[in-house]
Amino acid sequence: MPVFVDIHNVTHVYARAEDGVPAVQNLTIRINEGEFAAIVGPSGCGKSTLMKLATGLQFPREGAVIVDGKEVSAPVKLAGMAFQNPTMLPWRTTLDNILLPLEIVEPHRSRLRRHKAEYVAKAESLLEQVGLKGQGHKFPWQLSGGMQQRASLCRALIHEPKLLMLDEPFGALDSFTREELWCVMRDLHAAQKVTIILVTHDLREAAFLADRIFCMSARPGRIVAEREVTFPRPRDLEITYSPEFSELVHELRGHIAQARKAA
Amino acid sequence: MKTKNQLAIAPYIFTIGFFLLWEIACRVLSISSFILPTPSTIMLAVWEYRSQLAFHAMHTLWMTLAGFGLAVALGLLLGMLLGSSRLINAGSYPLLVGFNSIPKVAVVPILVFWFGVGWVPPVLTAFLISFFPIVVNVATGIATVEPEMEDVLRALGASKRDIVFKVGVPRAMPYFFGSLKVAITLAYVGSVIGEQNASNVGIGNLLTRASAAFEVPLVWAALVVLAVLGVVMYAMTAYVENAMTGWAQRSQMAA
Ligand SMILES: Nc1ncnc2c1ncn2[C@@H]1O[C@H](COP(=O)(O)OP(=O)(O)OP(=O)(O)O)[C@@H](O)[C@H]1O
Ligand SMILES: [Mg+2]
Repeated sequence: MPVFVDIHNVTHVYARAEDGVPAVQNLTIRINEGEFAAIVGPSGCGKSTLMKLATGLQFPREGAVIVDGKEVSAPVKLAGMAFQNPTMLPWRTTLDNILLPLEIVEPHRSRLRRHKAEYVAKAESLLEQVGLKGQGHKFPWQLSGGMQQRASLCRALIHEPKLLMLDEPFGALDSFTREELWCVMRDLHAAQKVTIILVTHDLREAAFLADRIFCMSARPGRIVAEREVTFPRPRDLEITYSPEFSELVHELRGHIAQARKAA
Repeated sequence: MKTKNQLAIAPYIFTIGFFLLWEIACRVLSISSFILPTPSTIMLAVWEYRSQLAFHAMHTLWMTLAGFGLAVALGLLLGMLLGSSRLINAGSYPLLVGFNSIPKVAVVPILVFWFGVGWVPPVLTAFLISFFPIVVNVATGIATVEPEMEDVLRALGASKRDIVFKVGVPRAMPYFFGSLKVAITLAYVGSVIGEQNASNVGIGNLLTRASAAFEVPLVWAALVVLAVLGVVMYAMTAYVENAMTGWAQRSQMAA
């Protein structure tokens, strides 16, 4: 499979970093097209920075970031993003929030007005897939945190992005909702063949969802370990109770502990 | 239920009580009506001078609304500019603050040099005094868009303009409408100051003339009219605010 996101030997220092210490240093990571990659690492190691680099929201001081065969020199225009905080706009209904990316991304932007019904139908089918059928007319603040998070996943997917960036999207949810959304994510990935980069603190989440897991060192971040996950797809939640799964999670835990100690 | 009713009638009781106390105090202490007329004397004066008062009040209302309208239009524009550009914001802030801290009474003579006595100085005074809170509020609303929201949109290829219009401006609306209540009150102060110093009509001008002629009841009657007009304009703005930004008042505190 072709490489989709290629971050090569990148060092990044935030313009407003007080100490001038890089957020990431000599970071190299290659993610294939259609792959589900998970990134784990200690807090503050530069995971969110990696996301910003890959989407062109930040530009590296050194090294190159290549996405879809092109060096990134402006925001990439094809990524969907979801964060721990659902960031819905309170003055729009949930449905209008989900349609927001279409008001920006071409070719939808110029088609939206005339083909509204078609797009609304699509948004509603996405809502159904995440278990929010018929809730589109509500305002986001009328939904629970977990429901808002589902809606924000729909927003990230509505324009059929080639790259989906998830920064701890389930971090604020209870474990039942979280596992339910894992399955939603798993099915969406299977259906859409989108490249997904998931940042998470939850090692079980990474092990259940990802094709490959990257462990980062403490700041300045770089990749210290890379692990293929070979469980066959489609995966069932039951596998998270298997000994192989526990072994994998344990191994990952070891990497993180080491990364933290090295700091 | 009982407390709810009490809450509903409390404003009336307090207002009537206030004027009753005033009336009684004036009569019991036999205060000269030159110092402090009783409410009943003032109400009689309002009735006596009603046509004069109404004419001047209409004029003042117009001056205030014109200045306020200008302040809203230019305040929105400038606020959007300041909110969307850190450079313009940083560059123009000292100027704006310096300009705003000049007491506007001091500007009226200059307006008179430029435009002569008439309707222009009150309108411009109202505008100058009221546009600052609008600018600051709109700029703040736009500049404080959540960085994550901005990331989501920028990663879709949104331009600065997209972000300002899709997120910044709607988000600034509660701040904007909130500032209107302050702005209308200030505009009112401005137009009255302008009329007092640079106009031949309006309540402000009436006040100046009545006090020069020691027509104490007329002065008080004009004050009462000013108060009523001010309350009406404030209430209208508050009503517009409620109607336009319902989504921002979803917290239990606002309910
Ligand atoms: N806008 C910024 N300006 C300056 N420094 C920043 C900025 N954003 C992040 N940093 C610094 O860069 C480092 C990496 O931050 P980043 O947000 O990428 O960490 P993270 O791995 O996502 O952490 P967490 O797991 O807690 O979300 C941190 O030490 C942080 O202080
Ligand atoms: Mg982070």
